[in-house]
Amino acid sequence: MALIEELSSAPDHSAFLRPGAGGRPALELLVKGARCAGCMSKIERGTADLAGVAQARLNLTSGKLTVTFDDTAHADPGAVVRLLDRLGYPATPYDPGLACEASDREGRRLVLCLAVAAFGAMNTMMFSVPLWAGLFGQELGPATRVVMQWWCALVATPCVLFAGRPFFESAWRSLKARRANMDVPISIGVLLTLVISFSETLQHGRDAYFDAAVSLLFLLLIGRWLDHQLKLRARSAAGDLLALQAPAAVLIGPDGAERRTPLSEVQVGDLLIVRPGERVPVDGLVESGATELDNALLTGETMPVSLRPGEVCRAGALNLTGAIRLRALARSEDSAVAAIARLVEAGAQSRSKYVQLAERAAAIYVPVVHSAALATFLIGWAGGLGPREALLRAVAVLIITCPCALGLAVPAVQISASSRLFRRGVLLKSGAALERLAEVDHVVFDKTGVLTEGRPALIGAGGDEIALAARLARASLHPLAKALAAAAGPGPRADDVVETPGQGVEGAIDGRRARLGRAEFVGAGSAAALETELWFGFEGAPPVRFQFSDRLRPDAAQTIAQLKARGLAVSIISGDAASPVAAAAQAAGVNDWRACLTPVGKCAIVDDLQAKGARVLMVGDGLNDMGALARAHAAMAPGAALDASQNAADLVFSGDNLSAVVEAFDIARQARRLALQNFGFAAAYNLVAAPAAMLGLINPFLAALAMSGSSLAVTLNALRLRSRR
Amino acid sequence: MNIFMMLAPMSVFLGLLGVAGFWWTLRHDQYDDPAGDAARILLDGDDDRPL
Repeated sequence: MALIEELSSAPDHSAFLRPGAGGRPALELLVKGARCAGCMSKIERGTADLAGVAQARLNLTSGKLTVTFDDTAHADPGAVVRLLDRLGYPATPYDPGLACEASDREGRRLVLCLAVAAFGAMNTMMFSVPLWAGLFGQELGPATRVVMQWWCALVATPCVLFAGRPFFESAWRSLKARRANMDVPISIGVLLTLVISFSETLQHGRDAYFDAAVSLLFLLLIGRWLDHQLKLRARSAAGDLLALQAPAAVLIGPDGAERRTPLSEVQVGDLLIVRPGERVPVDGLVESGATELDNALLTGETMPVSLRPGEVCRAGALNLTGAIRLRALARSEDSAVAAIARLVEAGAQSRSKYVQLAERAAAIYVPVVHSAALATFLIGWAGGLGPREALLRAVAVLIITCPCALGLAVPAVQISASSRLFRRGVLLKSGAALERLAEVDHVVFDKTGVLTEGRPALIGAGGDEIALAARLARASLHPLAKALAAAAGPGPRADDVVETPGQGVEGAIDGRRARLGRAEFVGAGSAAALETELWFGFEGAPPVRFQFSDRLRPDAAQTIAQLKARGLAVSIISGDAASPVAAAAQAAGVNDWRACLTPVGKCAIVDDLQAKGARVLMVGDGLNDMGALARAHAAMAPGAALDASQNAADLVFSGDNLSAVVEAFDIARQARRLALQNFGFAAAYNLVAAPAAMLGLINPFLAALAMSGSSLAVTLNALRLRSRR
Repeated sequence: MNIFMMLAPMSVFLGLLGVAGFWWTLRHDQYDDPAGDAARILLDGDDDRPL
């Protein structure tokens, strides 16, 4: 028997405390649902009023709440999480990690470089305009021209050296690794341009390209910064797989005393206690107590599984109704959850081998441009030009073909696709994900929580019994009881409620004893004891039956029809039993379905499809889908999914609409089309501009015009994605 | 030409002032939470320093 009081015990979050400002312990929480000043003030004031809390500060943009405690002894992270839950903002503690902070520093550096480059480009232009006028026969004496050129040099050189560092460093790193990335031609081009411009200025020539060098960096930095923003958004969207595991386990010592222990220190053979509402910390054998486990996230089963002494339970399952004592059978890193985490890791590695469009373009572009520049120099020299004139033409080739348009082509498209997806409630986690999504030709759905709503809902019955039964149901964590309580709406609880694990709840309603639970528990006989029904009855009165079913999402069938209309194959893979999967598949209009799959089985199916040449989009939400999510060519998870599954997915869609899958796919296809258009444009531009530069037809004014013109064209093309439809 | 030699450094200097100002705002975390800063001004009794 488990008393109701035990239901309120929550997982221990003290493992997430870390030293904050002034050495005081701090906790970082990811808060969902805070949107306005009202939310912010409610959360900050509520948290700051808790005992032991020194300060609470919410970042509304990222949704992160930083709570600083007075000292470790009085820090109670659980109280903060419970308060936020009560206020209506579910919160998860997380470990910010070093990666995020480092990338933030990188972002600031890019912004500062961008600002310096912008300053340099504008102020160099001030002195360049008279120079350009001079090119077109306006009055500009040689003395004035040299003064202007020196001013250009004075402003542009420090700016180029400062703002170019991200490119120079990346180029140097890649050269040391004996590879050539896009930053190598950029760095060579920019530095060579500076050197040539100085020599031209000293020799009183007319071809000084100081303005080109700095505005080139400015345009390239815009692309670089957009790319970084996308990555940053991706990283902050990712949760932490470990947040899912109970961060600490409650160990029962030989003396019978309970003690909280970090998960990593739990040894095989230790005795643990797991209370209702907690997740099972490690795989274990039940010693005493009985309960029901919610395995939905582990296996995709809709119905809770009852558990008795002598049976084995898996780490990650949610304990619903009664406290149990467990004998640990595995250490944390050997448990079922950790095994799934390794599947995810393996999938992420195979996915990181994906070569993005821009990298593929760079691989072709770099050698072509460099040989063209070299050829210009050699042919020019051999063809009777002086070495100075030949070198000038080669540099003009490098400047005019510098990959501004190429560098902007993809990030500009991806950032506008990502913001359009964001408006539709879809969070994109990386630019590469968008490219992979566009290539997909086979969509694989999980059933529970993806095609269906993932929770049982009351069907059929109505009347006064619901309101009465709901008084008992409100006291239980059982999914069917929760569904009943949800159908009845808010109301009072019954008195003296006692829950019998695996059977039901009993309590007093208006002084009469009543029971809610399995047929035999309520006394309805075991005529047709289905898992998807609850019985309710007063003592001595005939019981009433409530039936439940996991409803298909309203737009599931339509979404699948739309996917099929786009020429995609659709299948369902589920860990649930065959009959509910078959029913859901038929209702959704899918012929290809598999049931009773383990997480490894799901991975195998996805691998198998991909080995046959299909590019799979996996849509799943549970822990059992994570391996498959990580292995698939692209992956989506609903916002209601586990943080860890959202972590393994490329895209996360919020809300109840499955149609987000179709929309995301369409946007990805459009983005791919626009990116290819941009590449086509950049190639066409180079085909015209490079020969012109080789023939010596380019002057500093034309170089500036061509460069900014092509970048602008590419950006405007990318913006079409925002406004379409 | 004399007036040019006076105005050119002045305009560059003003530009530099702008960059320095931007650098200062960047250093003081003023772009970390644009949505929060916009909302925070509506609250009473809140300290308005970025954290």
